[in-house]
Amino acid sequence: MTKRHDGRSNLDVRKLQAKAGVIKKADGSAYFKIGNTAAYAAVYGPRELHPKFMQNPRTGILRCSYNMLPFSTTERNRPGPSRRSKELSLVTQKALLPVVDLSEYPNAVVDVFIELSETDAGSRCAGICAAAIALADAGITMKDLVPAVSVGLINNELVVDLDGEEEHMNENETPDVPIAMIPSTGEYTLLQMDGIMTKDQVLEALTLVKPALQEILKVQKQALKDRFSEGEQK
Amino acid sequence: MNSNVKTHVANAIKKGFRLDGRKNDEFRKISFEVGSIFTAEGSAKIIAGESELLVGVKLTAGTPFPDTPDDGVLMVNCELRPLASPHFEEGPPSIDSIETSRVIDRGIRESGSLDTKSLCIKKGELVWMVQVDIVPLNADGNLIDLGAIASLAALRVTRFPKLENGKVVFGELTDEKLKLSEFPIPVTVHKIGNNLIVDPTEAEEQASDARITITTLDDKRVCAMQKGGDQPFSEEELKKALDLAFSKAKDLRAQIAAL
Repeated sequence: MTKRHDGRSNLDVRKLQAKAGVIKKADGSAYFKIGNTAAYAAVYGPRELHPKFMQNPRTGILRCSYNMLPFSTTERNRPGPSRRSKELSLVTQKALLPVVDLSEYPNAVVDVFIELSETDAGSRCAGICAAAIALADAGITMKDLVPAVSVGLINNELVVDLDGEEEHMNENETPDVPIAMIPSTGEYTLLQMDGIMTKDQVLEALTLVKPALQEILKVQKQALKDRFSEGEQK
Repeated sequence: MNSNVKTHVANAIKKGFRLDGRKNDEFRKISFEVGSIFTAEGSAKIIAGESELLVGVKLTAGTPFPDTPDDGVLMVNCELRPLASPHFEEGPPSIDSIETSRVIDRGIRESGSLDTKSLCIKKGELVWMVQVDIVPLNADGNLIDLGAIASLAALRVTRFPKLENGKVVFGELTDEKLKLSEFPIPVTVHKIGNNLIVDPTEAEEQASDARITITTLDDKRVCAMQKGGDQPFSEEELKKALDLAFSKAKDLRAQIAAL
């Protein structure tokens, strides 16, 4: 096993940082940083849903928006929606949906807005991590948090949490599998991939990512604990 | 905004109180965090009360406009993302975000404090493009003033990236800093009833009858103005607003200069 360029071992995630309750106007919010990738998430709702035809009388709906701020990339990222950001908004929503219970809020919406302020690979996963904390901070009924991180393949070795430099190795063809999980059930809620891996490598990636997800979960939980013990300290 | 809150704010101000206990001509305490965004050539976060904004400056090399072949390009853009307030919506830029962008842009541009000639790399072919993006994280009023102040703070710490064969090498910054000759500071004065206040919270903005943004320079010069709101100003009120803008800008300018 060779060392990675930043000295991490294959299973190490980058430095983690998380804080809940960072946006006061929101009903719930969080900041999550992994290495040099940082995400803000704000939750608004449950609130009235417009347009009305989108309302569901049986349950509230979850709406997610993923956006990279213009200065969050090496070359300026032009503001406005892109096909990429729309797809990532969709997979983010699908990653979080299984853990939230909105059945008590018929016709309503819970909005999750994710903004990446700086990125160095792994931004969709950072967004999901931030969003899960923000949803819990908003007091939405949830059965678990959702940690997320990617697994990549470098020199035929699986490595956890690629950074930008690793992602751009091999002429940008580093295989990359972003994964999100419901820790209490072991079920996967986000699974994408680009690049080529063998079947065995894919299966191994699903297992090998678990300690990293546990580590992220710990940081997410701690952010919420810090948030709600704030009152006692003061 | 609840109309009762509006009335409440307006009534309190009529009686000489602001809801957070400030004087009419008092800004919230401002704090900065500069250079924290890894991907930006310059950045600043500004916190004033509950208002919090993030500004990132990106420097790129590009082709100048044909009519100004030896001038660099400045672009200022503010986006009111729905993250920062329940009143902001997803979608194309709202009129508020466009006005905020343009008023901040005008202040910096018209002051001439950024020497665009010095941003020329090769006349007619290559110039520096300075892109300032302003994003509120938590919108609790006075976004124009705070956005502009944070932009100046971010520009002040902006460093040029390395240039190789006319292409920017992103992530490699040189020691050369962007130069600002002056700090054009906007102060927005709001009229609520017969009172003039500065640095309103969101609730105070909702109760505002009229506003005027006056951007001033060090030596008693004005470089940009914008009147907003539904009601007019009297000449007397405008005189007072000008005095306020000059005196408040002085403190704010000193804070940026100290960064």
